[in-house]
Amino acid sequence: MEPSIATSIGQIHLDKPVMLASGILGISLDVFNRLYASGAGAVVTKSLSTAAWEGYPNPTIFSVKGGGWINAVGLSNPGASYFAKMIEPNQDVPIIVSLVGSIPEDFEMMIKEFKNCKVKAYELNMSCPHVARVGLEVGDDPGLVKEIVSTVKKATDVPVIAKVGLGTSNYLNTVGTAVDSGIDAITAINTVRAMAIDVETKRPILSNKFGGLSGTPIKPIALRCVYEISSKYDIPIIGCGGISSWEDAVEFFLAGASGVQLGSAIGDNWVGVFDDINKGILDYMKRNNYSTIKEMVGLAKKS
Amino acid sequence: MQRNLNHPTIVTIEKVIDETPTVRTLVFSDDVMPTVLPGQFAMVWIPGVNELPMSVMISKESGKAAFTVRKHGPSSTGLFNVPVGGQIGIRGPYGNSFDVKEGKLLLVGGGTGLVPMMRLLTFVKPTDDVTVLMGAKSKDEVFFEDLSNELLKNNPHKVIVSTDDGSYGEKGFVTDMVEKLVNETKFDAVYVCGPEIMMYKTVQSAHSRNIFVQASLERMMKCGVGICGSCCVGEDLACRDGTVFDGDHLSTNKEFGHLHRNKAGILEKY
Ligand SMILES: Cc1cc2nc3c(=O)[nH]c(=O)nc-3n(C[C@H](O)[C@H](O)[C@H](O)COP(=O)(O)OP(=O)(O)OC[C@H]3O[C@@H](n4cnc5c(N)ncnc54)[C@H](O)[C@@H]3O)c2cc1C
Ligand SMILES: Cc1cc2nc3c(=O)[nH]c(=O)nc-3n(C[C@H](O)[C@H](O)[C@H](O)COP(=O)(O)O)c2cc1C
Ligand code: FES
Repeated sequence: MEPSIATSIGQIHLDKPVMLASGILGISLDVFNRLYASGAGAVVTKSLSTAAWEGYPNPTIFSVKGGGWINAVGLSNPGASYFAKMIEPNQDVPIIVSLVGSIPEDFEMMIKEFKNCKVKAYELNMSCPHVARVGLEVGDDPGLVKEIVSTVKKATDVPVIAKVGLGTSNYLNTVGTAVDSGIDAITAINTVRAMAIDVETKRPILSNKFGGLSGTPIKPIALRCVYEISSKYDIPIIGCGGISSWEDAVEFFLAGASGVQLGSAIGDNWVGVFDDINKGILDYMKRNNYSTIKEMVGLAKKS
Repeated sequence: MQRNLNHPTIVTIEKVIDETPTVRTLVFSDDVMPTVLPGQFAMVWIPGVNELPMSVMISKESGKAAFTVRKHGPSSTGLFNVPVGGQIGIRGPYGNSFDVKEGKLLLVGGGTGLVPMMRLLTFVKPTDDVTVLMGAKSKDEVFFEDLSNELLKNNPHKVIVSTDDGSYGEKGFVTDMVEKLVNETKFDAVYVCGPEIMMYKTVQSAHSRNIFVQASLERMMKCGVGICGSCCVGEDLACRDGTVFDGDHLSTNKEFGHLHRNKAGILEKY
């Protein structure tokens, strides 16, 4: 029998395991449709806030010489209510709505906006490394993580994912708190706080000075995090960080992820990257006699 | 090590040419930008100010390229004010380019939308019969007229200027002139860059007569490489799928000519 690349991340069932990560191209339903047709298993929206945000001035993105990107887009987004109206007509594309906020009420309010939308899951951004009072600053505060997760879980029946990253406290404690508060899955990781300085003009390049490093340089770090989380907690995991090939995706499965997300690889390989990876995973499964992704998940820990 | 085209390269402004009271051309030396295809753009970093998408302008001297900028808001004014000896960062080139056709060509440019048209002129063959139509608000905002004539000196050609107030050349909107020209002449290709309403009407005029037409779209650009999503037009990403699109494709795009996104990604009417 032909193996299947369909996967389940807890209660989230997807036909294909590679998703679009938050913040990448995630601004219009037309683009979501295109990415879904290109082989994305699901698309994650830009992180939405209660009000529209313009984000930082340019330069907001910087290409690192050895590979990878540093971005400080500053969570620019049209706001949750605008976005909800835009995606209301959607029936086909599995959309994961990413939310960012400072207090539990922000999240509660935004979830109400999506009452008429088909939402596959919510992803709580507890890890953006370059915007004050949201993202990592939330993720680094266990009390807040607990309150937010519990509030969101009460506000919706849709599965809720927490997206974590590397902040000032041990991210494993954030994961632990989220798990104890009833989270359904974890996405690991967000970008890693970084910067770039131009030697000619002798100044930081990004307008915000600091940004988040993504792409191939962070893959080994993200992989380590997925391995650590899956070793310590019994929670479905989505791997994210530097994935650009089927080998990368399979590595994350072997480390304990049931699905993966990618963003930066689109800058290098454009939207064909989804189908390329899906095909590669399928070939690998055939060669190794796996019939489901599940058979691969966490295998590297058994050896 | 080979140059990473996504990484800003610092160049020094060597010459500043005042085209009109509000438009300037800044010339610099570089080994990549002088050879880019017509329609391609660069992301231009003005340290301490902003980073803006700019079409790559030609320079008469070899090994040099330029940007032609109109002073508008704070960011473009920042670039406009970079003096000789000042440094800017450039990355790219980005985007696709115009398909260079042969025969009877019509190039339509409004304001700084003329920049990609000037580069396109350096790609035409001596046998091509070329009409350049340029639109400006008034007489003192007309530029590149002499340059167009000079670039086309070996071609059968016409350079037509139209001003909204009639203070120079033909009076009226460029799009009315386009309608007239495509009625009179069977062009093999029409190319347009300028304000979107102007491009929309030009594309309609040509497309409805089955004339091959291409337009170069402008959208809010942050990354320039197809990651951030800010430049989407329907399902297309202007920076990566464009900026040049065919009339055939544009006539199916529901945002072209009507809507664009602001910095937060909210659709606004033109
Ligand atoms: C592919 C491309 C090529 C271009 N080529 C030229 C050129 O050759 N010469 C020229 O003068 N201008 C060109 N522009 C326009 C230029 O990038 C700026 O949009 C324009 O100069 C306005 O700057 P500003 O100082 O008014 O911006 P601001 O005052 O910061 O903003 C005013 C408005 O300008 C526009 N704008 C600002 N930042 C951007 C951005 N990053 N991307 C797109 N639009 C923006 C928005 O509509 C904004 O609302 C080009 C734009 C694109 C997309
Ligand atoms: C331009 C850009 C914008 C991003 N915006 C968001 C965002 O809004 N919310 C979020 O949770 N992560 C955001 N991220 C992080 C990505 O979702 C992802 O976690 C990170 O880029 C690592 O994956 P990659 O290496 O495949 O890009 C952004 C990343 C980039 C490059
Ligand atoms: S400018 Fe970022 S996707 Fe086009």
